[in-house]
Formats: sequence, C-alpha cells, structure tokens
Amino acid sequence: MSHLSAALAHCLPELILAAGILVLVLFGALRGKESGGPVTEIAAGLLGLAIVIIFLGSKTTAVVFDGAFIDDGFGRFMKVLTLAGSLVTLIMSQDFLAREKIDKFEFPILILLSTLGMLMLISAAGLIALYLGLELMSLSLYVIAAFHRDNLRASEAGLKYFVLGALSSGMLLYGASLLYGFAGTVSFAGIAETINGKVSLGAIFGLVFLMAGLAFKMSAVPFHMWTPDVYEGAPTPVTAFFATAVKMAAVAITVRVVFTAFPGIVSQWRQIVIFISLLSMVLGAFAAIGQTNIKRLMAYSAIGHIGFALVGLAAGGEAGVSGVLAYMAIYLVMTLGTFAGILSMRVNGEGVENISDLSGLAKTDGVMAFFLAMMMFSLAGIPPLAGFFAKWYVFNAAIQAGLYWLAVIGVLSSAVAAYYYLRIVKVMYFDEAAPAFDRPAAAPRAVLAVTGILVLFLFAYPGVFIDATTAAAQSLF
Amino acid sequence: MFGFGILSCIVFLPLVGAGFILALRGTDEATLENARRAALGTTLIVFLLSVYAYTKFDPSSSAFQLVEEKGWFGQGLIYKMGVDGISFPFLLLTTFLMPICILASWKSIQTRVKEYMVAFLVLETLMSGVFCALDLVLFYLFFEGGLIPMFLIIGVWGGRRRVYASFKFFLYTLAGSLLMLLAIMAMYGVAGTTDIVTLLQTHFPSSMQKWLWLAFFASLAVKMPMWPVHTWLPDAHVEAPTAGSVILAGILLKMGGYGFIRFSLPMFPEASAYFTPLVFALSIIAIIYTSLVALVQEDMKKLIAYSSVAHMGFVTMGLFSMTSQGVQGAVFLMISHGLVSGALFLCVGVIYDRMHTREISAYGGLAARMPLYATVFMIFTLANVGLPGTSGFIGEFLTLLGAFRINSWVAFLATTGTILSAAYALYLYRRIIFGVLDKPGLASILDLSWREAALFAPIVALTIFYGFYPAPVLDSSAAAINALIKNYDTALAVVTKTAAMTVH
Repeated sequence: MSHLSAALAHCLPELILAAGILVLVLFGALRGKESGGPVTEIAAGLLGLAIVIIFLGSKTTAVVFDGAFIDDGFGRFMKVLTLAGSLVTLIMSQDFLAREKIDKFEFPILILLSTLGMLMLISAAGLIALYLGLELMSLSLYVIAAFHRDNLRASEAGLKYFVLGALSSGMLLYGASLLYGFAGTVSFAGIAETINGKVSLGAIFGLVFLMAGLAFKMSAVPFHMWTPDVYEGAPTPVTAFFATAVKMAAVAITVRVVFTAFPGIVSQWRQIVIFISLLSMVLGAFAAIGQTNIKRLMAYSAIGHIGFALVGLAAGGEAGVSGVLAYMAIYLVMTLGTFAGILSMRVNGEGVENISDLSGLAKTDGVMAFFLAMMMFSLAGIPPLAGFFAKWYVFNAAIQAGLYWLAVIGVLSSAVAAYYYLRIVKVMYFDEAAPAFDRPAAAPRAVLAVTGILVLFLFAYPGVFIDATTAAAQSLF
Repeated sequence: MFGFGILSCIVFLPLVGAGFILALRGTDEATLENARRAALGTTLIVFLLSVYAYTKFDPSSSAFQLVEEKGWFGQGLIYKMGVDGISFPFLLLTTFLMPICILASWKSIQTRVKEYMVAFLVLETLMSGVFCALDLVLFYLFFEGGLIPMFLIIGVWGGRRRVYASFKFFLYTLAGSLLMLLAIMAMYGVAGTTDIVTLLQTHFPSSMQKWLWLAFFASLAVKMPMWPVHTWLPDAHVEAPTAGSVILAGILLKMGGYGFIRFSLPMFPEASAYFTPLVFALSIIAIIYTSLVALVQEDMKKLIAYSSVAHMGFVTMGLFSMTSQGVQGAVFLMISHGLVSGALFLCVGVIYDRMHTREISAYGGLAARMPLYATVFMIFTLANVGLPGTSGFIGEFLTLLGAFRINSWVAFLATTGTILSAAYALYLYRRIIFGVLDKPGLASILDLSWREAALFAPIVALTIFYGFYPAPVLDSSAAAINALIKNYDTALAVVTKTAAMTVH
C-alpha cells in the first residue's frame, strides 16, 4: 500500500488533472448549458494547482509503476513549461471563443485532457507509456483543432491533422514494435541496456520510425506539412496551444527518448537529428518569406525554431540539453506573447489575420506595437532580447561539440529568418495606418505585457533561469 | 556611484532619460519641447560624466582602467566594463556627438518626437557600451543591439527609400555579425571564458586563428565598411535623417575599426599577418574605387558616404601595417573622421532642412546668401581632403607613413586617394557654394541660425585644434597601442622561431 501511495505521490499533478476532468465533465453535462461558465476558471485553477504542486513536490528522481513513469528534474521543468503554456492559452482563449460563439464547456476540458496526455508523455519511461500519453494528447488535439465546427477551414484543419496524425502514430507504433522485437523490453532503460553499442539494423529501423512519429508532433521537416494549414485553419487560441504546450511536450519526449533509450548509439540518432534540424531551419527561414497570413507565418517560424532547438539536441551532452531547455522556455514566452498580439487583432468585431492588418499599428496602438516588435526582434534572435540567449545556448553547445557546419548554416538561416520578422516590424512602424483594432480584451493584453517584459529584461537577471535549466538537464544524465 | 562604477553610469544613464521621456504624457508642443530638452539634458550630463571619467584615467598605462566586474550569466559570461587608451577616445567621441545630434534634430524632426528621442538615447547606451564592454558576449550584445534603434531611426524618420535602406542595413550587418558570434563561441570553447582581458592573453592554435579571423572579418568588414561589402552604407546614409547619418558615419563605422584593434590584431596575430595582403588590397581598392565613384554622385549625402568608405580604407591600411605610426594614425583618423564626416552630414542637413532636396544640381552660389555656412562647409571640406592644419591631415599622413614602412607600393597607391578626395570634395564645394545664385528657390535662403552655429562651433574648434595639436588623442592611446604592437611582434616572433626550429 505504501508502495502505491509513494508512486501516486509522484504523479500527483496528473492525478489532480485526471480527477478534475472527470468531475468537470459531469458538472458540465449536469449543468445543462452549452456555455463554459465557471468550467474555464476551474480548469485554469487546476492547471495552476498542478504547477504549484510540482514546485512544492519532491525534488528527487523516481521511476514508478513498473518502470513506466519517471519523475525527474527534467520532466518537472518541461511539465511546468507545458502547464504554463496550457494555462496562459486557456486564459487568453475565453474572450476569443465568446466572440466567435464557440465558448462551449468542452473546450477547457479538452485542453485539460490534452495537457494530461502531455504530462504523461513527458514522464514516459517506456514505449507503452509514451504511446498512451501521445495518443491522449493527440486525440484531444484533433477535436479542438476542429472546434469551430461550422467553419470550413477549421474543420479542414482538424481533418487534415487527424489523417496525418494517425499516419504518424502508425509509424511511431511500428517503430516501437520493432524496438520491442529487437530489445525484448519496452522500457527505455532496458532498451538502452540491450542495444548498448551493438547496432542491429532492426533497432535502427525502429529508431528511424520512432523519430519520424515524434518529428511529426514537433512539426520538424520533413514531417511538417500539416503545420501551416492547421495553424491557419484552427481557431487562434488553439493555434497558440499547438505552438506552445504541444511543442514543449513533443520536444521533451524526443530529448528523453534519445538520451535514455539510445545513449549507446549517439552517432546513429545524431545523424537523424542533424538532418531534420538543418532542413527545419532552412525551410522555416525561406518558406515564411512569402506569407501574408500571420498565423501561417508563425507556423513556418515554429518549424524554424524547432530546427534551432534541435541544434542543441544534436550537440548532445548536458550543455546541449540545457540549451534545448533554455530555448524551449524562451520560445514559449515569445510565442505566447506573439499569439496574445494575434488574438488582439480584431476590427469591428471580426478577427483579422493578415500581416497588412497590422499596418501603422505604432500610430494607433503604440504599446501593443512596441511589445509585438520586441517579440519579433526576439524571435529573430537580436540581442539583448531573450531570443538571443536562446540561440546562444544551443549554438554554443553545437560549436563545443564540433558541429561547425550545422552552426554556420543555422545562423545564416536565422539571418534570412530575420527578414520576415523585420517585415512585421516594418508594417507596424513604417507603413500608413490601417483601421485601428478594437479595444482588446484584458487577458491577451496582460499576457503581451508580461511576456514582453520577460523578453526585454531576461538579460538583467538571468541567474534563476539559467540555474533551473542546468539543474533540469543534469537530472537526465 | 549608486553601486555602479562610472562607466556603467555613462552607459546606462541615457536609458533613465529614455524612461523619463516615455513617462511624459500628451502630444502638445510643450510636451515635445520637454522631451527634446530631456534628451539634450541627458546627453549633456553623460558627456560631462565621460569628461569627468577622463580625469580619472591614466593615459600612461596600457592596462584597462575603471574596471567593473559582476557575475552575470554563469558559465564564464561576466558583466565586465573597462576602458583603455584605445577605447576611451571613442567613448568620448560618442558622448560628444550625441548632444549635437539631439540639437540637430530639434527642428527637423516633427513627427513622433518622443519616440525619436528615446531611440537616440537607447542607441547611445548601446554605442557607448560597445566601447566599454570587456566581455565578448557583452560586447556583442551592445554591438548587435544597436541595430534595433538604428533600424527604426532609418525606417521611421528616413527618406523616400527608407524601407529598402533600413532592411539592407539590418540584414547586411546581421549576417556578418552572426558569423562573429560563432567565432566568439569557438573562442569560449578554447578559453572557457569570454573575458576580453583573459582572451587577450590566450593563444589560439594557428589553424583556428584563420577561421576566427575570417569570422570576425565578416562582421567588422561589413560594419567598417570595406569594399565590396560597403553597399549598404550609401543607401543607409542617404535615407537616414541627418542625425542618423551623423551617428552612422561618426560612431557606428568606428565600431569596425575598433573591433580590428581590440580583437583581430591582438587575439589572432598570426592570422592577421597572414591576411594582411588581403586587407591591403581591399583597402587600396576601397580608397581608389570609392573615390572615383564619389566623383560622379548627384546626391550630396551619397558623395559623403562614398568618401567615408574611402577614408575607412586608410584606417584599415594603417591598422594592418601594425607600425605605431600606422595604428595611431588609424585611431586618430577614426576620431577625426567621426568629427569631420559627422559635421559634413550636418552641413548637408542644414540646406536640406531649407530646400528639402539633396540633389547637388539644385544648389549653387550659396556663398552669396550664406557666408557663415560657406565658411563652415569650407573648413570641413578641407579637413575631409586632409589639408595640413586640420585633423584630417594628421590621420591620413600617419597611416600613409605607417603603410610606407611596410610596403611602399601600398602607400603609393593609397596616396592617389588623397588626390582624388581633393577632387571630389572641392568639386562638390564648388557646385554648391560657388557660381551664380540663379536658382529661384535659393534667392531667399537664410544663413545659419544661432542653434546651427552652436552645433558647428565645437566641431570646428576641435577639428582645427587637433590639426595643430594632435597630442591629446595620440598621447592617450600611445601606451595601449605600443603594448598592442609589442605583443603582436612577440607573438609573430615566436611563430617564426618555432617554424625555423622545425625546419632545422
């Protein structure tokens, strides 16, 4: 019994979310109203509670449930990022959903379910737990991508995401079964032991298929095709959710898999990571140039940024992992800020998504223009903004690992990418004013201001943040 | 002072001024006047502070002084500030030019005044930070961060093709700098720190030096700018508002030269020696080619921009001669060029504010209506040509002298540049100032106002003063430059010796 309670203590955040979801479903159904009402607030409260529990909970590493679930510093760090992403998008989404008249109570519940899947995914210590978490996350995502069901584009996005997602899940499952066949175990630690140094062709195939499935969730090239369409078609809060929480979980599990299941065949998986990282950076930089829709542009930007984060993974080692963690944390803040800005783009009650709608924003709403401009400069990686330090850590790890060409191509593609971020600044600051936006809701505006200040002043007090990433990275080795 | 050293105060005080201006509410004329006054007041205080700091500075020592050090990012990144005889003149130049820029924008900037002043104050922080930083990452932060305000200054308050010019400026500089960033990371890998003082004593392997040198060169050559990556400069200069051009010519270009002295030459001596012929060749091409290009310009600002590229050719030539005359001359020429070309852009700004065109052909015969202006313009034109008795002469002469000791052909070819510079500068002067005043628009043009005269007075005084008595600048940098050259020669001697030993 004490064994079980100790195990349960390690997955307390997940338990709270799961119990909360069940209660909320009942509550919503019995309440008999379509609208969300207090469900959103309760869901946000649960997410906040989960963050608090992680901060107060044990700081040790433990593997529970027969080696299926791991609770360690790395996982806790990524879980906090994921929960923060979910929480902030949930808070920002309320106003948007109400205006679009899709503020149904299922929305926060689906966000919670998906977040629960992400937490399980991050803590997965074996292939089965990985698949369970991944599917719980993805199934909820398919639904909320098409949440605006009367909207043609949203339904298309949901369907597209579902079909391609099912394909990628299939590949992942195929890879997992191959690995199980060759290693005789589903636990990452067991796999690591079996294929330590001995490279069998079957295990390599398993690795490749596994990575393909994960690359799909991270939207890394060449499995990125769904990203622009889904980002554009899905309701904006859902896009923000895709761009933040989902990315955190997908990157976290990728890092965990390669370091805990395949530490013995670094040179094999490193090739794959370098390959998708290079392609993602270059495609993200060039394909975004021609975009006119800001959500689509952010999709390509996300692809590029995943490429940069994977540079840290390719570098490997503690420095590389802490680089990835720092990158993802800073990327989360920048993306939340940018989407807070996009959510505020409304003219006469209608949401607008074209970059040209931002024209002359500096004249009509100077504060929003300023913070959004800082987000763009930060995404471009210009010092002294936070985005620069994100790049510094991953590229520094790559240089120390001797991956010079990866780093050179990476920084050059970031110079190309700077062009389209600058274009948004140009539209806001240099162009003549377009019709002013409606008075934005309080939540997105507050998020934009807070993230803006974080991005601007990270350089002044970086200590706490850097210590956290270093400690989290250490727990993985 | 407030827990910070004086350098931090100089660097970050403009931000306080910027915060104050942002806090001003309202858009009426009185508020805008307050914003201008606040900006001018802040920059003047910063200038006085930097002069005060100079009194605490000992020019006879080659060490870094007024050093401040604090923990920062962990992992070897530190917050470290300090100045030596090479960086201090640049810091003073920055703080000296800033109030002048603010004053020059007093009347000519009428839209978004508060934002303009904030952008300039932020820019001042970033520029003076470049010359004070003693940590490479900190240096990079300031070096690259300056792009943001400058991008906005060109793009928001610039001329007709401002969007093109601002993008070109930003992307050119960024692409070069990112390679330098990778080099900084590689150096961090070798030394385990980015502290400049430590790195100056670190020996990098010869093969690595060449790559590092090239990466730094990619950034510094763009910033300098050297031929053939100079093409962003004429565009940026032409489209920027007057004060923006002054800052570009006066200070931003000097960061390239400063980077060569601070990093390339002392940290990668073997690579510098190896690439010296390349630098000489590019310098000669820059001097002759851009001077010829300057001859045929129709736009005044463009002409001065090309002349800047030519003068920067003298600077790189002097630097890589690695003789004490050459390097001292290069530092002096950079300071002098900062004053003279800044002033020339102000001269263009004066008539641009009146006529709203930069076409040379729109002017002529201004001497009749604007005698004071004609005199001021004459002084700076001659200083730009390098007439003895102006500061321009000292710098050009010393760099040529330095180059002559190393390679007489280089010096010979570069000297043709001084002849060409006389040609384009005097030709420009003749077309604008002399001749008959027959353009109808010019009939009622007014001479310099008090404000404008006050702008030029200190620069005229310094240009002539340094022309006759260059010792203040030369003496303050002498100790640091001699130490630099000594270390450079020692490093090369070691290499030759080891090479000789392996042969035997």
